[in-house]
Amino acid sequence: MITMSAQKNKIHPHKYSMWIAMASITMMFIGFTSAYIVKRSQANWQSFELPSIFWVSTALILLSSGTIHMALRQFKARNMGSYKQLITLTALLGVAFMVCQVIGFSDMKNHGLSLDSTVSASFIYVIVGAHVLHVLGGVIALLILFARAFRTRVKTYSAVPIEVASTYWHFVDGLWIYLLIFLSLAR
Amino acid sequence: MSNEATLHSQDLLHHGTVEHGHGNGHNGHDHHHEETFISKYVFSMDHKMIAKQFLITGIIWAIIGAFFSVLFRLQLGYPDATFPWLESILGHWAEGGRITAEAYYALVTMHGTILVFFVLTAGLSGTFSNLLIPLQVGARDMASPFMNMLSYWFFFLASVLMMSSLFVQTGPASGGWTAYPPLSALGDASIGSKIGMDLWLMSMAIFVVSSLLGSLNYISTILNMRTKGMSMTKMPLTIWAFFFTAVLGVLSFPVLLSGFVLLLFDRHGGTSFYLSELFVQGKILPNEGGSAILYQHLFWFLGHPEVYIIILPAMGIVSEVLAVNSRKPIFGYLAMVGSIFAITILAFLVWAHHMFVTGLNPFLGAFFVLLTLLIAVPSAIKVFNWITTIWRGNIRFTPASLFSIGFVSTFISGGLTGIWLGNSSIDIHLHDTYFVIAHFHIVMGVSAFFGMFAGIYHWFPKLYGRYMNQTLGFIHFWITLIGAYLIFWPMHYEGMAGMPRRYFDYSNWTSFSQFGGLNQFISFVVIIVFATQLLFVFNFFYSIFKGRKLTTPNPWEATTLEWTTPIHPGHGNWPGEIPEVHRWAYDYSKDGKDFIPQTVPVSADESSH
Repeated sequence: MITMSAQKNKIHPHKYSMWIAMASITMMFIGFTSAYIVKRSQANWQSFELPSIFWVSTALILLSSGTIHMALRQFKARNMGSYKQLITLTALLGVAFMVCQVIGFSDMKNHGLSLDSTVSASFIYVIVGAHVLHVLGGVIALLILFARAFRTRVKTYSAVPIEVASTYWHFVDGLWIYLLIFLSLAR
Repeated sequence: MSNEATLHSQDLLHHGTVEHGHGNGHNGHDHHHEETFISKYVFSMDHKMIAKQFLITGIIWAIIGAFFSVLFRLQLGYPDATFPWLESILGHWAEGGRITAEAYYALVTMHGTILVFFVLTAGLSGTFSNLLIPLQVGARDMASPFMNMLSYWFFFLASVLMMSSLFVQTGPASGGWTAYPPLSALGDASIGSKIGMDLWLMSMAIFVVSSLLGSLNYISTILNMRTKGMSMTKMPLTIWAFFFTAVLGVLSFPVLLSGFVLLLFDRHGGTSFYLSELFVQGKILPNEGGSAILYQHLFWFLGHPEVYIIILPAMGIVSEVLAVNSRKPIFGYLAMVGSIFAITILAFLVWAHHMFVTGLNPFLGAFFVLLTLLIAVPSAIKVFNWITTIWRGNIRFTPASLFSIGFVSTFISGGLTGIWLGNSSIDIHLHDTYFVIAHFHIVMGVSAFFGMFAGIYHWFPKLYGRYMNQTLGFIHFWITLIGAYLIFWPMHYEGMAGMPRRYFDYSNWTSFSQFGGLNQFISFVVIIVFATQLLFVFNFFYSIFKGRKLTTPNPWEATTLEWTTPIHPGHGNWPGEIPEVHRWAYDYSKDGKDFIPQTVPVSADESSH
């Protein structure tokens, strides 16, 4: 028969898949940022300040990492009420982050840095835009968890989905910090 | 046993219901859903059915891709002749029975794209990784059967888009399978750069997603879902090969995707990532500051690992088939694993050898030459081990084993010319000539196809519970082997004489007119070999329904786990418990026994490998 204790020592395949997916996404952004470095060393490179609202969005996403971490702890403690509140808060922070990024885009555009103005601006749009899409994926995952938490017919108490979601959430957070530092330093 | 618990919790995840609990561990497949036609044959989550879906889709693509090569070989072999039937199938693309230059480039581009991605990536790795990983590591299914299903349907969607690009008015993409800008970035650059190119890019982006979903699953299944006793070093070499193939895919395809995203923005967003100072049709374009070489870096960072994504599964299949049919353990198991690993690492460090003549710094080029030539070491180890595996073996000549031996042959003869091309100085002369075509078709195209054929003949009994016809298999093998050499060997000489690839018509050059007869001969052989592949396709589909039935679950007397399942395994693979593994996969001719399955415990007087 099954010995569940033996299973516990093993990392769940879904968590493992998430780690590999994160490696894969990382490679995509390495592709973008190395293209950025190659272009930067060539002629006609114009540098400019990043929109200041990006710092607000950074604060938001850092905060959301904290809230999803607390949500996971509440879930494990079976405080389903505060768990629901916290993942809702996390998703809202994620949406607020995305809104800030879009405001940043329009800010750039108002300063004459539209998508097709100069290569350096184009890179910001594409890289930051690709990251926003990944945050959107995280928000959708949270919405699914949210819907599940309110489902009455079947209750699942497996922490795996929320653990996978929180790992991903911390990942897009870390990815943004990396991108912000990269884009600020390598202007 | 832990796999069952894993799968159990997985069902909870996917369906959120506990009604079909096989958490009690010892009655796997009979508790799965009632299967309808849709859930069994269409949106199946059974890895074996998904493997069949990949295989048959791949076969359809292979027929189309190979037929395209017949069409453009007609032009190359008989540049002055007209074939009225061409006009009836291609319409204005072959006015008067002779294909137009635009159609020629479209055919060449599609031939490359289809064969490299849709057949030899999805059709090969998709088929055999799906079929063999759960069966050979002892798992009921993939880590995420749902994602696995998505992987196929993304591939299907990519296929639909690519197929539809063949029917748009301006034709499919025609700038080469590498889709270099500016040809691929500017809609006005050529007729094939219009909507066909958009469909190509969309299709390829979706293909990348499909490949990633598949690879994620392969890796986590291999690392997490092995049965009790199946340590990594007890895995068959097929699994090792699929594992590193998936690692390559996961790490290199996203970089291609980022390249494609930038290309899409250049096409439609007005950006200048790859474009600078261009004239198109007499107009000066506003784009400035871009670099076309940047695309080549991003493309070849995938493009080179891609050739190993294609060849590694074939290597794994060949290792397994050769050991089984030589009745001998594979020679140098750990060296085989080590060399696959070395190839995987080196695959990421050699992309610029495709770019020696792009103005790459020669000093930098020297490093890429060195790293490229280093690949010869693990490749040679593998070849040596295959030969020593069959050396003095009790060889059973089946179509599968013949194709495996054929693989070793073509891998050697195609690999040796890689050493020529890997040298940047020789590459100055040989790049973009028929020498390159000969090299990569033999070492990657033909070899990977041979590995795929070996796999199909060998695991057909597992897929369909019947055998394929052996006689047709032998005919298929000999004509294909001889034909492949007759087609590609002469191209080396054409290439050394400087004959460039991707030209529509060579008859205006006196320097290449000497090859007119040779080109005719090559095209003639192409038609014969193509017809032989149709024979294989007939054999395949005929045998699904009418082939000789299996009477034993282990027809090849192999040691690996897939042959411990019933002849027609259900979803869940083993009706009872998943067997436990006690020994490595290659106990052939040990202690006077012909073979000892992996499930047999090591007896007291026997040394475990």
